[in-house]
Amino acid sequence: MKYLLIMNINPNVLEALSEDERNAIGSGHEEFMRTIRESGEMISTNALADPSNSVVVRSKGGEQVVTDGPFVESKEYFGGYYLVDCETKERAVELAGMIPDAKIEGLGIEVRPVMFSAGSEM
Amino acid sequence: MAGDRAESLLRELAPQALGAVVRRYGHFDLAEDAMQEALLAAATQWAEDGVPANPRAWLITVTARRLTDLLRAEQARRRREEEVWRREPPLADYHTADADDTLVLLFMCCHPALSPASQIALTLRAVGGLTTGEIARAFMVPEGTMTRRITRAKQSIKESGIPFGLPPAAERGARLAAVLHTLYLIFNEGYASTTGPLLHRVELAAEAIRLTRIVHGLLPDDAEVAGLLALMLLTDARRLARTGPNGELIPMAEQDRSRWDAEQIAEGVALISEALPKGPTGPYQVQAAIAALHDEAPTAEATDWPQIVALYEVLLDLSDNPMVALNHAVAVAMTSGPEAGLALLDKLAADARLAADHRPYAVRAHLLEMAGDIEAAREAYLTAARRTTSLPRQRYLNARAARLTPPESTP
Repeated sequence: MKYLLIMNINPNVLEALSEDERNAIGSGHEEFMRTIRESGEMISTNALADPSNSVVVRSKGGEQVVTDGPFVESKEYFGGYYLVDCETKERAVELAGMIPDAKIEGLGIEVRPVMFSAGSEM
Repeated sequence: MAGDRAESLLRELAPQALGAVVRRYGHFDLAEDAMQEALLAAATQWAEDGVPANPRAWLITVTARRLTDLLRAEQARRRREEEVWRREPPLADYHTADADDTLVLLFMCCHPALSPASQIALTLRAVGGLTTGEIARAFMVPEGTMTRRITRAKQSIKESGIPFGLPPAAERGARLAAVLHTLYLIFNEGYASTTGPLLHRVELAAEAIRLTRIVHGLLPDDAEVAGLLALMLLTDARRLARTGPNGELIPMAEQDRSRWDAEQIAEGVALISEALPKGPTGPYQVQAAIAALHDEAPTAEATDWPQIVALYEVLLDLSDNPMVALNHAVAVAMTSGPEAGLALLDKLAADARLAADHRPYAVRAHLLEMAGDIEAAREAYLTAARRTTSLPRQRYLNARAARLTPPESTP
């Protein structure tokens, strides 16, 4: 069963962290990637650039409009994900708990089942 | 055609060759790699020069030779002085019970120390003779992911020091149950994939049937093995009728029964009819008996529902499984009316194992529709559609809900 482990980022929370804490996040992700690669559960991961780089394409009155900025203005945004293939939902939750972000108050990992997959190497 | 025949011959011989080599030399992990290389060599060489006179001996010899190379390479790398490799004459005329070897391999690959995903991957590779790439595609994960899974499984086997041999008699029953469960999971993955665009991953179902057929050939007197093979054949027989032209799911009551595979049904019915009197009766036999009753009914209405209810009650006694209870409720609704089925569903509502599942809602929706409570049925279909993680199932459930929408409220 495939799950998307969605990392929700809050820049205010991240900025308030100390240098050491931020370094710990970096090495924590490396450690996590090593763990799920070795266990054969990792499919892919991507970290996204800041949403100030986003544009949104939407339809208004039958015409397409392109606007700068994220789809929803909010303090938290979708910062990146891990796509994993694991045995159970309990294991997916366990994996989410190993991501360093899940250990920081104000951040959180959303665990969501995947319903359709297609694309590279599959 | 000739290529297909060579390939099926190779896949049949693969576990025999691997078994013979591991029995003689040990090193299951490396021998398994050697077997894969030998299969590759055979695929190209046999296509050019034709199938050798004794293909089994050819494959055993080449696997043993590749194992020698791999062990030498490993030795050189690790400089392990204690790993003394004795040259032995080729294995070509080496006779042991191939049957036992294939069975031993299955027991190894389905060892309880491995996770179900690893058991499946290793069984498909070491016994099924599939390449890692083929297995990865079947499970829609990158090849690298599957490689790790297989490597890890082989590592666990190596570390656990499981000897190459049949498990002790006291463990035999439980270990065979693990093998059958793995084969059942492979079949299910092929028949009703939980994620992904395709409802059927035909090749996995066919591979599960092929492997179960081998086990049945090795243990012809085991009623549960026969039961599992019958269950797969009787379920797979409905495959073509199970989806419409656009991949949409068609429920059994609405399937075109002329598209069911009569030959496969006949084989499944014969298997289960022969197995049941042998006893002891296990869950696969009971499920096969239920599938046979469905397959033999000319229409949904003409199905022998009272007997299906009775069989589900036997199954409930054998295993406390909420999915069985759910199917039992459906069968009761067919004999005693939807209200009786709904009453059983209410009792199931407290089962924590079903809490996040879409199926109780889907069943409730069907029974409410039967009872004529259209609005509640529609709500239940929509709830089930939101909860399922299968795309074809979601389409089906949304379509059922849309059918129940009053015309004036459709936009």
